Amino acid sequence: MLDKALFYIFGGVAVLSAALMVTRRNAVHSAVFLITSLLATAGIYLTLRAEFLFIVQIILYVGGIMVLFVFVIMLVNLDVALQQIQFSRQKWVALIVALALGAQVGLMFWSTGHVKRSNLLLPAAAPADKLPPNSETVAQSLFSAYLLPFEIASLLLLVAMIGAVVMAKKKV
Amino acid sequence: MIHATLEFLRTYAGPLIAAVVIVAVLPLIAGYVVLLERKVMAHFQVRLGPMRVGPHGLLQPIADALKLLIKEDIIPENADVWIFWIAPVTSVTAAMLAMGALAFGPAFQVAKDINIGLLFVVGVSSLGIFGIVLGGWASNSHYSLLGALRSAAQLVSYETAAGMALVSGLLFAGTLQITDIVKAQASEHLWFVCFAPVSFFIYLVASIAETNRAPFDMPEAESELVAGYMTEFSGFRWALYFLAEYANMVVVASVATTLFLGGWLRPFSGLGGPAGTALDLFPVLILLALAGYCGYRAPKQPVRVQQLVMFGVAGLCALFALVLAAPLFVGALAGAKAGIHGAFWFFLKVSAYIYLFMWLRFTLPRYRFDQLMRLGWHFLIPLSIVNVMLLGLAIVLSSQYGVNRALAIGVMNLITLLFALYLVSVEKGREDRKAAQTADQVTDSYAG
Amino acid sequence: MLSIEHYLFLSLALFLIGVIGVVTRRNVIIVLMSIELILNAVNINLVAFSRLFGDVAGQVFAIFIITDAAAEATVGLGIIIAFFRNRETVLADEMDLLKW
Repeated sequence: MLDKALFYIFGGVAVLSAALMVTRRNAVHSAVFLITSLLATAGIYLTLRAEFLFIVQIILYVGGIMVLFVFVIMLVNLDVALQQIQFSRQKWVALIVALALGAQVGLMFWSTGHVKRSNLLLPAAAPADKLPPNSETVAQSLFSAYLLPFEIASLLLLVAMIGAVVMAKKKV
Repeated sequence: MIHATLEFLRTYAGPLIAAVVIVAVLPLIAGYVVLLERKVMAHFQVRLGPMRVGPHGLLQPIADALKLLIKEDIIPENADVWIFWIAPVTSVTAAMLAMGALAFGPAFQVAKDINIGLLFVVGVSSLGIFGIVLGGWASNSHYSLLGALRSAAQLVSYETAAGMALVSGLLFAGTLQITDIVKAQASEHLWFVCFAPVSFFIYLVASIAETNRAPFDMPEAESELVAGYMTEFSGFRWALYFLAEYANMVVVASVATTLFLGGWLRPFSGLGGPAGTALDLFPVLILLALAGYCGYRAPKQPVRVQQLVMFGVAGLCALFALVLAAPLFVGALAGAKAGIHGAFWFFLKVSAYIYLFMWLRFTLPRYRFDQLMRLGWHFLIPLSIVNVMLLGLAIVLSSQYGVNRALAIGVMNLITLLFALYLVSVEKGREDRKAAQTADQVTDSYAG
Repeated sequence: MLSIEHYLFLSLALFLIGVIGVVTRRNVIIVLMSIELILNAVNINLVAFSRLFGDVAGQVFAIFIITDAAAEATVGLGIIIAFFRNRETVLADEMDLLKW
């Protein structure tokens, strides 16, 4: 019951603020709504008992990436940008793409109709002390089975960092 | 639906009430921290500080709060109104939310046993940066925007160093859960500051920078930026920013206390016998001494009301002393000893940490912005990364290869110190070369 | 009782909103933010399936995706700053130096 209520609250906030983010003229308002949407998604992770991912989402996404976005939005000149038209004339393309993707997913749901419903139910909420400690299990998996992808991800970050520094430098 | 709501309330009544208490009491605590800061500053500068409202200005915070509440609330004409509304609230919310996961004693914790405890505190309190940045942007003023940009750059760069310092403390704890971190220190009979003194130093510096306090108070440098991101804020909104700043101070002090200073543990927590009993008696005695001093000073106050307030303070201290003494002498209450004394020690350590903040604020001059960035990126971050690697190496050496644990940790800390000296000498060389060149080069403060 | 479909529909909604944002907005920064939204929608799927199967691998991959999003955002914003410095604009359809 509580799970369901939380899911609908967080999900509603996430979808609503995502929609607002896409439709605001002002880039800072968009950023604020994206932050709200990401925080609501972090709440969704909590309803899925992924505490570690919840805090990763908050620290990395909201506290890191979004700060960068807001920073850049403030660096580039907003007053000029606000005068310009914010939406390109691709509304039909957008609608067609969205409909196509929606239809695809609908097809997926339709074609998996034979799967028993009970198999799709998420496990009921266990009391907190019965759950395995989430950050430990994630770490176990991350540092044993997925060690190579982990190292590759760190390399990716290094490359991105160097790339960003080179890109944003004044004189090359 | 109603049934479900009742069920929810029954399950979560304790945490909810505790949360309400935090929200209600925190402004008062912040107000008194402000009073204390003004008093300490006054004594540093050989003045008296606030003396008019109540004896020794004891009622000053309440008067200040009333003044701020009834002040005119100004929103600049071209401000972005709703972001202007939301920004201070964001700052306060982040700071208060972070408090929810802290453990003020073995029995005082709002959200019990979160698996990600310390990460939650750090992550959520880092959201406060949005309040500063958005508030500075929404005011539509150049001073505010500059303050906000400075603050964003500063917080992002020092968060890395602070995070790395916390990681090296967590290596010894082996868990993120706050109560377990303290329990790990209890089983070691040593605080983690003894294992990782360099990390504690790094966290100390980085936490000052993160709370925007002098000598790193770039975002609100009065002499350069009027008041930085707070320039256009007045009345209650300004008070919210102030509250957030002091709440953040309490949060970083609590994190440092939990991870490095042994949380609610007594100094020498492993010690028993007569020495241990003496240490147990220390809180009672110090509070009794405080009560005695207040009682002695009370008749000397000039006004009747002031005398009464002073007696009230003395009575309060005596009452706290009684509460602390009860579990020591009454056998039936002995079970409550850990909780009550733990809370006392925790708050003592937090106060000491905050006092250190104030001390530094009144002693050191403000850094220049590019110096601040250099300190962060050229000194603290490399040092903290090397520190984490070396301490990890020490733990592996002692647990896998049978090297003496204390020896390994000591040697690694020494190597870290040598590395710090090397970094300083490199920085000094760079400075000298720069001084040798022509001094009229244009510097880009945001390039860091 | 919540089923996996709840989460799939939520993620679908976020994904479609993100796609619409990418296609319709002119401001490159908002296009980048819409891409973040899309990645976020994918993450919800991964975590939901990780919960359904009781396997932590989904969460590990979600962490990788967040890492990837961070890398993408830094490089993307670096490009935007460099471009803004040269052309004084952040609009996608004015980025036509390669169009001859």
